[in-house]
Amino acid sequence: MSESVILPTRRDEAWRYSDTDAVAGMDLGRFDHWDDVDVPAGETVRRCVVIADAGEPSDTTELRRLRVRVADGGRCELFVVVSSGRLGRVEVVAMLGDGAHLELGGVTIGGRDTTREIVSRVAHEKPNGTSNQVVRAVHWGRGTGNFLGRIDVASGAQKTDAAQSFRGLILERGASVNAVPQLEIFADDVKCAHGATVGQLDEQARFYMAARGLPPEVARRLLVQAFVADAFVALDDADDRERLMRVVLGKLDRHL
Amino acid sequence: MLTIDNLHAEIDGKPILNGLSLTVQAGEVHAIMGPNGAGKSTLAYVLGGRPGYEVTQGSVTFAGQDLLALEPHERAAAGLFLGFQYPVEIPGVSNVQFLREALNAQRRSRGEEPLSGGEFLRLAREKAALLNLDMEMLKRHVNVGFSGGEKKRAEMVQMGILDPRFAILDETDSGLDIDALRVVGEGINAIMRAPAKGVLLITHYQRLLDYVRPDYVHILSGGRIVRSGGADLARRLEAEGYDAVMEQAA
Repeated sequence: MSESVILPTRRDEAWRYSDTDAVAGMDLGRFDHWDDVDVPAGETVRRCVVIADAGEPSDTTELRRLRVRVADGGRCELFVVVSSGRLGRVEVVAMLGDGAHLELGGVTIGGRDTTREIVSRVAHEKPNGTSNQVVRAVHWGRGTGNFLGRIDVASGAQKTDAAQSFRGLILERGASVNAVPQLEIFADDVKCAHGATVGQLDEQARFYMAARGLPPEVARRLLVQAFVADAFVALDDADDRERLMRVVLGKLDRHL
Repeated sequence: MLTIDNLHAEIDGKPILNGLSLTVQAGEVHAIMGPNGAGKSTLAYVLGGRPGYEVTQGSVTFAGQDLLALEPHERAAAGLFLGFQYPVEIPGVSNVQFLREALNAQRRSRGEEPLSGGEFLRLAREKAALLNLDMEMLKRHVNVGFSGGEKKRAEMVQMGILDPRFAILDETDSGLDIDALRVVGEGINAIMRAPAKGVLLITHYQRLLDYVRPDYVHILSGGRIVRSGGADLARRLEAEGYDAVMEQAA
């Protein structure tokens, strides 16, 4: 049963910008449920994790937690879209072996009073591991998008190469986007790159597109598509890529 | 086909256009020349409907419609093309996707059938060849990584594909070398020299006018047209300078 569940508060670092009130309303029996993704040595595993509306926009809380272990020389590819729920949240905790790789591409998108977030913690525990995270957030109304990305490099994990890129796009006044990159590095021969920006649609591009005859909603759709596409660049399967893009653009089309 | 009457416009409360009047008939090419700060680009942006450019007085009629009442994309669909002095880069959006969406949006708003992918590519290939632009460049993102001259030729390829009734070309000649200038000039003639079309060429220099011969030349200064004449006026400007020619006007 759920007697052992201790609900998070915003004092918890990993829930700092979250809608913790929404957590109380969820099925707490699933709060501590983790999906395990185990990648054997030298193999590749790909998962697409999509939190999307089944029909009408949902006001439930959707929490998906993934515990990823990538054995030596393995490769895990995760592609995430968080587009539903009053609170939609995907957590990824990954532990990488020697020469292992983690690829994480994620998009949060939403308006109204929703909070959509991706929280990752990538642990480079052995040498030669690589990781690449690309997360894009698109929000409007009074929507909030959060990315909390932590990278831990253990003292023995030399030659680690970890990269993290986050960009937020705010379509309307009132929406907000929070980025918390966190790097804890205890090895001295490593590469860790991270970047985080938040901005609006480029007004010059919008006028340029209008001057060629594109109505504002079509121009906005093209610009948002270009903006989020970075998150799916590493997704090798065109069908999957299109499916994820359809979820994202479908959300944009219905709720702008 | 374009009638501008007593146009006043301002940016951030600062008046830039101060009673500009101009009429372009179908089949005509008009050149607008003038010193820096005269209001040339402002005129182009006001006609295109750029946000932040506020018309405080006057009217603009285009093909019988009140142009200023239309949104920027509606002006394009009505047949107006604005060639940018500084074409905008749009990372992540390919030229082909952008132009096909733009053309089909215009066609739909006119009640015409959208072009298929194959039909569009044929059209794009034909216009790229006209402007001597490698078709591969149209598969790249809009203007991203293009040199100044490539951006200007790409603008003219866009014009060829969209096939407007009226083009306002804002310093399309800047950034072009001699060979590119000739290609662009011939492209403008091929696309826009027609009895039912009109062109407003905004330029600093006379050299583009060697290729695209204007029917009228106007000198813009202080937000108004201070002098109008034929093609020879541009040559006199080039030889004598704005100050000398405008003094004679005063």
